[in-house]
Amino acid sequence: MSIVESPTTPDAASIDPFDLEFLRDPLPHHAALRDAGPVVRLEKYGVYAMARYDEVHAALVDWQSFQSAAGVGLSNFRHEKPWRPPSVLLEADPPRHDGPRAVVAPLLTTRRLRDLEQQWRADAATVVDAVLDRGEEFDAVTDLAEVFPLRVFPDAVGIGKEGRENLLPYGDFAFNAFGPPNELVTSAAPHMPPVTEWIGRQCLRENLTEDGFGAQIWAAADRGEISPEHAPMIVRSLLTAGVDTTVTGIAAIVHALAHTPGAVARLRRDRSLTRTAFEEAVRLTSPVQTFFRTATRDLQVGGVDIADGEKILMFLGSANRDPRRWEDPDTFDLDRDPSGHVAFGMGIHQCVGQHIARLEAICVLDALLDRIVDIEPAAPEQRHLNNTLVGWEHMPVRVHRG
Amino acid sequence: MADTLTAASARRNAAHGGTLVVTARRDVAQDVVELTLARPGGERLPDWAPGAHIDIVLPDGTTRQYSLLGDRWDAHSFTIAVLREREGRGGSEHIHTRLTAGDTVGFGGPRNNFRLSPAPGYLFVAGGIGITPLMPMVRQAELLGDPWRLLYLGRSRARLAYLDELAQYGERVTVHAADESGRAVIDDWMPDPAVPPVVYACGPERMLDAVDLWAAPLGRHRVRLERFTARGDADRPATVFEVEVASSGAVVTVQKDESIVDALRRVDVDVITSCAQGVCGTCETGVLRGVPDHRDALLSEAERAESRCLYPCISRAVSDRLVLDL
Repeated sequence: MSIVESPTTPDAASIDPFDLEFLRDPLPHHAALRDAGPVVRLEKYGVYAMARYDEVHAALVDWQSFQSAAGVGLSNFRHEKPWRPPSVLLEADPPRHDGPRAVVAPLLTTRRLRDLEQQWRADAATVVDAVLDRGEEFDAVTDLAEVFPLRVFPDAVGIGKEGRENLLPYGDFAFNAFGPPNELVTSAAPHMPPVTEWIGRQCLRENLTEDGFGAQIWAAADRGEISPEHAPMIVRSLLTAGVDTTVTGIAAIVHALAHTPGAVARLRRDRSLTRTAFEEAVRLTSPVQTFFRTATRDLQVGGVDIADGEKILMFLGSANRDPRRWEDPDTFDLDRDPSGHVAFGMGIHQCVGQHIARLEAICVLDALLDRIVDIEPAAPEQRHLNNTLVGWEHMPVRVHRG
Repeated sequence: MADTLTAASARRNAAHGGTLVVTARRDVAQDVVELTLARPGGERLPDWAPGAHIDIVLPDGTTRQYSLLGDRWDAHSFTIAVLREREGRGGSEHIHTRLTAGDTVGFGGPRNNFRLSPAPGYLFVAGGIGITPLMPMVRQAELLGDPWRLLYLGRSRARLAYLDELAQYGERVTVHAADESGRAVIDDWMPDPAVPPVVYACGPERMLDAVDLWAAPLGRHRVRLERFTARGDADRPATVFEVEVASSGAVVTVQKDESIVDALRRVDVDVITSCAQGVCGTCETGVLRGVPDHRDALLSEAERAESRCLYPCISRAVSDRLVLDL
């Protein structure tokens, strides 16, 4: 897999990371931002940007200096009212972040997810069989990557069967809303009120099944580990962050396999490499491309002064392809150790659902590897544009069965 | 690729659990010494929240748990306070008589079984050295503007640490020294049932049993006790040990200054890590045989006792060999 190098290097300070042209093909802009220095001022929004691995990693870990409670989007909650009540996980700092995180993290450990694995593997087999039964060509996004998470994750949370088609638009909007009110936001906003209302209803105790993550979050409120007002907000966080991202995670694996000759054969020979394959795919794709942090005091990073209250945009996707950190960063390399990538963030806000994302993707990957000997692009992919997420609208692929 | 990996590995190891150096030592009460600890290179330490404790591994392999009582906004030092227990098993005696600034100790964690949950109010009850986990809780309740009170019980004021700092809180802190006022009658502090607080208590067993009985009417979830003796101290003279890869039978020796992940890489077994601090759980690996020395922040006491898995980015072994499900 390789990238197309842009013939001209744009002036880094004038880069607009929420411009549709940028979102269509961010890689050359990432390179320009990295090369411009450890910290770049983005003139259009009056914010700072970090695009190199070392600075991004260090800032993500340093919650004391780079806070989240002022919002992880462009909007600065010190001065602006958020469009919805801020997440008590993503948009909170210690100490308020402690309780919600301590309640959710133990629910989503690999040990707890083992109870789901057998069912999810069976579901993955069913989904992949259904796709392959229809022929050798299919859309890896709409026929597979969207189907599987929507089949297993809402059940795991414990929401009702009706209205699940709202999940992807809600997540898409929430991630768009971390950016400026550009056309991605304004075109969707009029459709959001009923979707937001539906999401809110799903988070109520009486609408959740008795055994899902949602019910377990409410049980934690009963035990006094979080306040009762926080329980529905934490359920909302799972529903917001847990669908669109895993769709892209699964699509990213298919994309990497389709664009890397021999990868399927190698993985079929050595299944112990599936974990590496997933981590490499999310390193390369970085489903969540960016998050903001806000300086909690006057800071200096890489010789650049950042004043208290200034917003800094962390380019996770760029850090994951920084040649200062990764040799041959644009290559999907099953011999690489992808440890330390920041696709899930790092530090106290590191993706609390990362083990779910891994398990979902590995279930789908294994189901594919059981049934196909190769996969290739059938037509060019079509990007899905979002202010924060990267992904695909369509990914036509052709498979070869053994 | 080799250079990048070596640099990455070095960076991870620099932030790796393992060793702390004593950077300051001061007496904070009779028989109570406070230690400030940092990474030898001054790197960032793992995050923690009030109620957390760390393992301290002394040079002879003795492992003891101590609550963190410093400032979590300072990511570069840990503070603990240690009561000298002359009748104890030697850990505190070693710290009091031998450990000085510049010395190093091993460490694991932090782990937290005594988390501060949101509540309309808090009643903290400390007995003697039991003040240690409660100090950051007091500061946090203060920061959040939540109502709180502290009962601080001990044999004499001379034996109670941090009275100076606590003095600033005025009437919210009640100090009860037995040599001045006789035995404490805990019922005297029964909270207002109209605003039932969550009770956090740490101290001697007898005091905790009394608090447990006394606070029972508040409800099971409103009483949180930290029993030092329940932490299952195991002395773990972990140094060099072997790891066997179950699938291939390959055996590699894990040196004192490297992680299991580092050692496995020498035999071309890559275990993917993320945080490299035993926090995120990415590298979880099954344990088929052997006794792990858990240093992570993830497993509960019950899971540690079971030891069906470990986090090879940070954990080590008590037994001479671990057989891992790799």
